[in-house]
Amino acid sequence: MNAPVLPGPLKDNPSLARWVAFPAPGQVAINTGRVEIGQGVLTAMVQIAADELDVAMTRIAIRSGDTALTPNEGYTAGSQSIQFGGVAMRQACADVRALFLDQAAKVLACPVSELSIRDGSILRNGVTTGQDYWTLAGAVDLKANATGAGQRKPVAQLKSIGQSSARLDLPGKIFGQATFIHDMRLDGMLHARVVRQPNRGASIGAIDERAILRAAKAPVAFVRNGSFLAILGDDETAVDLAAVAADTHVKWQNVETPTAVQQEANWLLQRPAVDRIFGAEPADPKGRERFERTYTRGYLAHASISPSCGLAEFRDGHLTVWTHCQGVFPLRAALAKTLGLEASAITVHHVQGSGCYGHNGADDAAADAAIIAMQKPGVPVRVRWRRDEEFIYEPKTPAMIVKVHALLDDAGKPTDWTQEIWSPTHNQRPGAGGNLLGALALPNPPPEPPPNDVPESNGGGATRNAEPLYDIAAKRHIHHLVTETPIRTSALRGLGAMPNVFALECCIDELAERAGQDPVEYRLSITAYKRARAVIEKVAAMAGWKAGEPGGAGRGRGIAFARYKNRAAYAACVVELDVDEGVRLRHVWCATDAGLVINPDGVINQLEGGIIQSASWVLKEQVRFDNSVASGMASFDWETYPVLKFSEVPEIDIALINTKDEAPLGVGEITAGPTAAAIGNAVSHALGTRIRDLPLTRERIMASLLKE
Amino acid sequence: MTQKFDFTVNGKPVSVALDNEETPLLNVLRNELDLMGTRFGCGLEQCGCCTVLIDGVPEKCCAKPVWSVAGKAVVTIEGLGTPQRPHPLQQAFIDEQAGQCGYCLSGIIVSAKALLDKNPSPTRAQIAQALDDNICRCGSHNRIMRAVEKAAAQLRAGAPS
Repeated sequence: MNAPVLPGPLKDNPSLARWVAFPAPGQVAINTGRVEIGQGVLTAMVQIAADELDVAMTRIAIRSGDTALTPNEGYTAGSQSIQFGGVAMRQACADVRALFLDQAAKVLACPVSELSIRDGSILRNGVTTGQDYWTLAGAVDLKANATGAGQRKPVAQLKSIGQSSARLDLPGKIFGQATFIHDMRLDGMLHARVVRQPNRGASIGAIDERAILRAAKAPVAFVRNGSFLAILGDDETAVDLAAVAADTHVKWQNVETPTAVQQEANWLLQRPAVDRIFGAEPADPKGRERFERTYTRGYLAHASISPSCGLAEFRDGHLTVWTHCQGVFPLRAALAKTLGLEASAITVHHVQGSGCYGHNGADDAAADAAIIAMQKPGVPVRVRWRRDEEFIYEPKTPAMIVKVHALLDDAGKPTDWTQEIWSPTHNQRPGAGGNLLGALALPNPPPEPPPNDVPESNGGGATRNAEPLYDIAAKRHIHHLVTETPIRTSALRGLGAMPNVFALECCIDELAERAGQDPVEYRLSITAYKRARAVIEKVAAMAGWKAGEPGGAGRGRGIAFARYKNRAAYAACVVELDVDEGVRLRHVWCATDAGLVINPDGVINQLEGGIIQSASWVLKEQVRFDNSVASGMASFDWETYPVLKFSEVPEIDIALINTKDEAPLGVGEITAGPTAAAIGNAVSHALGTRIRDLPLTRERIMASLLKE
Repeated sequence: MTQKFDFTVNGKPVSVALDNEETPLLNVLRNELDLMGTRFGCGLEQCGCCTVLIDGVPEKCCAKPVWSVAGKAVVTIEGLGTPQRPHPLQQAFIDEQAGQCGYCLSGIIVSAKALLDKNPSPTRAQIAQALDDNICRCGSHNRIMRAVEKAAAQLRAGAPS
């Protein structure tokens, strides 16, 4: 018999003691490498452990994202926490349960088949035995490696998994407790702000220290290393005032600021790029009808509600860092490289921040704190970015151009599909090729990372969802990885999936219209995938979709579909909206198939969030550049980078299907593309004309109406 | 020169001595009084994370100088309820699972309290309008508005607040 295959994270961290412990009678501790970023992952992990260990959720304490304690699961990203991390947790707990049942069988001198576990107690033929996890713990070696021998519970026996469970972390936030990293205060801690290097290669020309000290109105001190300059003190207000003053009283040399022309996606054409082709050989285009459309999207900010924060202390040769980043182990590796320390001399603890939606300033703020702490041994340092600092210096998701070239058959169906993409990289996370921002200001900064994007095997970056899932004889995508960019770019929720699905699903609507077919009918006619058809049919039924409903009168409906990464969860959305001068969203319906759902209400919460955030991107968001501003960024606060407001959100209805029988899949990112495209299609239906550039602003709508 | 500022926070008199009378109330709450529930979001009075009640009126306190609240009554999220005695709004937010990352919730719940104090039966549109000064980036808006409706109903039915 072959040994069972271990889930990836468990294979990488095989010692069961990394996952599960029984610290005191009646208590269970579980450890996950995944971190809470507002998606409810910790609650889902506790539900998983409760089922596989047969203990009540209330007995379980969870620790997460800690280089000293938890498994190394890389980044909490890509909607993979449940798909991989959750499955690993299930298997680890199942293995632990099996070890304890074996030990109980020995102690009770009976076959394992007579034993079961109820809330941690061992039962024999349903009768209590006086044995439990805690009486047996001394005799079970949890340092043993996972074997995969423990049987995961069949679906019919799951009690906690599949039930909506209230989020364990929400009450603390609702009562205003000190739950966030921003709320941490350490004895003797100093507050710090970094005077940001405007760009790689810029250096400090002059510092008017007296003017800065005067502005602070209380004592503050400077820490400097090369072009890395920080202000610190025990009075946060004074440190803030000094940092504001430093904007004018620190003069930089070799400053380069982006210009307005560079903010548009079309600027990416004709830039240096690394070109790659994936997929089928080009078809012979002779005798077939060609279809070609170009869609674009600008740069977006993560725009986390809290500016990034990091704490660090360097004491007795050991650096301790607290961070809200998505990957404590990769951050530790990057810090080791930046600071010239061994990884073993660094401990990184995750503490919750606000939602990040990808690679925001979290890692960089932690690095700032660490760089300062190294110069102030024994003093805990807290860095909190300013609002404009987060907007200006967080990595942005890149602008993209997506050009679809298709060949059509006589019935107007695509037989050959090429999706051609121009995009800077979607991944400059530390450890994945990118550098920590503060490191660039230090003497001997690290070299520019080589051109790189998320590999296809991980779902691709700019190429994510670049191929339609539909039945098309030949498909390929061409990726122009643009290597010269005016700003740092990295991962935002779904990476390239949103622009790719927006482009291809809008093209599908355009093709349906050419073929004189209803968009739902047309989609169903070109996909045989059962699970794809099921979400499309379901969402159409939910929305009361009527084929051939006339548009063009200011109200429109649109549909779109995608399977995330073409191999994860399925989502279809219908959007209903009104357009006059601007777009007013009325209703969004969404059907998803994410396989086994751990916490249904948690999943619905994530899906709603994905829909609203995508709607915000599509209707409002674009990072704007302006070289007449010192930083070059015209988007630096909530007025210059507005997001969707309470009065602008649509009603949302969500259906989850197939929740028991298939493997669990993540949902955080799956609605970004379908929402965007369904809005695009609905706007086109309402206007009778199509806008192919995002965001769908009032200006673009007016221009499009005037053109008609 | 150190100055003293007297006001009340959540019904209790406080007295803080500060060198800079322009120190934002938010920094006083968080750094002098150890009340971390009121969050820093922007420092620009734009996002609403730092919303508190000042003499019953919802105000952003991230740029509000401490001198301006001398003699006034400040209520923060900590003044609404506790896990043992939740305010109906807090219970409704838990019941509706109204939040994702939760960073914006303190300010939103305080804004909602100000609305319900003034208007016990707000329409959905009035709730949305009252919360438009608060930003939620995670997209929990609909749950939040449902929670406010639920709390309003409970308060109308006589739930203690």
